[in-house]
Amino acid sequence: MAKAELMDYDRALELFEPVLGFEVHVELNTKTKMFSDAPNFFGGEPNTNVTPVDLGLPGSLPVVNEQAVKYSISLGLALGCSIAPSSRFARKNYFYPDLAKNYQISQFDEPIAFGGSVEVELPDGRLFTVPIERAHMEEDAGKLTHVGGATGRIQGAEYSLVDYNRAGVPLVEIVTDIIYGAEYDAPELAKAYVSTIRDIVVSLGISDAKMERGNLRCDANISLRRRTAPGEPPAKLGTRTETKNVNSLRSVERAIRYEIQRQAAILEGGGTIIQETRHWHEDTGQTSAGRPKSDADDYRYFPEPDLLPVEPSAELIEELRAALPEAPAIRRRRLKADWGFTDLEFQDVVNSGLLNEIIETTAAGASAQSARKWWTGEIARVANARGVDASTLVSPLHVSELVALVDAGTLTDRLARQVLEGVIEGEGTPDEVVASRGLAVVSDDGALIAAIDDALASQPDVLAKIRDGKVQAAGAVIGAVMKAMKGQADAARVRELVLERANA
Amino acid sequence: MSSETPPTVSTSANSRPAGSGTPGEITTDQVAHLAGLARINLSPEEITKLTGELVAIVENVAKVTEVATPDVPATSHPIPLSNVYRPDVVGETLTQEQALSGAPDHDGSRFRVSAILGEEQ
Repeated sequence: MAKAELMDYDRALELFEPVLGFEVHVELNTKTKMFSDAPNFFGGEPNTNVTPVDLGLPGSLPVVNEQAVKYSISLGLALGCSIAPSSRFARKNYFYPDLAKNYQISQFDEPIAFGGSVEVELPDGRLFTVPIERAHMEEDAGKLTHVGGATGRIQGAEYSLVDYNRAGVPLVEIVTDIIYGAEYDAPELAKAYVSTIRDIVVSLGISDAKMERGNLRCDANISLRRRTAPGEPPAKLGTRTETKNVNSLRSVERAIRYEIQRQAAILEGGGTIIQETRHWHEDTGQTSAGRPKSDADDYRYFPEPDLLPVEPSAELIEELRAALPEAPAIRRRRLKADWGFTDLEFQDVVNSGLLNEIIETTAAGASAQSARKWWTGEIARVANARGVDASTLVSPLHVSELVALVDAGTLTDRLARQVLEGVIEGEGTPDEVVASRGLAVVSDDGALIAAIDDALASQPDVLAKIRDGKVQAAGAVIGAVMKAMKGQADAARVRELVLERANA
Repeated sequence: MSSETPPTVSTSANSRPAGSGTPGEITTDQVAHLAGLARINLSPEEITKLTGELVAIVENVAKVTEVATPDVPATSHPIPLSNVYRPDVVGETLTQEQALSGAPDHDGSRFRVSAILGEEQ
């Protein structure tokens, strides 16, 4: 992959205005698929969670999952959308073996939800309103593995293997209107928007929303519009690219920044932007050209003749509206107050995308401050070092158990970090790691006193100083004892005992 | 799954699918384009012949619009039903063997297809 030329970000923003648009696909966590009663579960043995409907076998007919419709309505309402009194499914026709039918059942001109907006909080606390054009229901596609190519990508592949377990999984695609005015914060806005969508679907309980598992996927559209002098008419909108395969919050931000810098360099160099899909590469932090928009995008949508219109009653819509949870933005303000975090502490949590982890950790019993300390501290540090999302490393329950062990005096912070490492390595629960690694604090005073007496005996000068009232001299003895205990002692307790023994 | 978002969102029961309305002329270029999309190999003679036939079909279908009045809603289905749903309850699935039984080629667990130029939609 040839390295693209990039313009300095600040310079790019001086010359151009970034214009954004997002398509976020949310996999619903219903028990069954959108149009068949196969389990909504993939990742198991290939082609086992399939019915004739999912394989598009002749004579099979799709039937709409009622729960998926309700989830879609709830999501539409949470996005501030109107719910269409009547909406229909449509066939999106294309030849690609990720679906066996040669079409995807989607919605086209009559989406179930339209015309909403979402309040998104930027890292500096400013609120930005993202306009939502529509949210529509559709089915996910199967998983292809390309075999024979050097890299497993399509180029050079000899054949492809298809697993249809994911085919038919219910999806809602959320499409924004064109987003103007993000300006310098465009990358941060992109991240905050996807994060907000994730918060919303998690609060609704309608998706597992794990980006790394593809439950939540973002396609980011971006174009640049050249700035004009004051008084001049605004320039025309630029040609956009659509970056796919962006499967972490961090990547969303990086991909937008990269595309701004890449497009700016091309435009400033006198080139033109090609309307195409681009693929984000997490490892190199770059995008590469995919498929240009072409004839293949002529999907010939038409109303799905196998399905009837979806016409939710006003009563159902109002029932679902009444059951909506607190909006994430409002919830955040409440949580900040409940937890007693400073602005800085709370922003730190929000920016790290670990709000839900901290909520769940406190729900499991830990104090908010302890939960914050662990998630934004040690866990975030390990996640950063490994280039993964912190939420994938350890569960909130285990963090709360770890905090409980520290609070109970079984672990010091230092030991707790070792226990955390064990938990992250999959060695079990914190209790199990404490047992298997033998990490608990030595709370047996007898063992401590023996070590203290040894240390005092070998450092008579220190003993004399302590007896003279020079308490700070005890540090040397404490250090020796901690070393003898291999760090598995509570330093405060050791200090108490040292003073006690010295003056005994 | 790039969305081909329609330019306007309509909630009216009278809305029509994109591309409907007064039929335009059918050209041989359009037929060749459609044949390409449908992966059908057509000779120039076949394209000419099909163009004529499609013009006749579209004209016949267009007659319906002559009797349609604004108070007749567009329909996508002959049966006046809506909200036909299935409860979210897991049913029977095919075994892997059954799933693959009709496949022209497979590797024992997955369908094997020739490498297709293009990407996920």
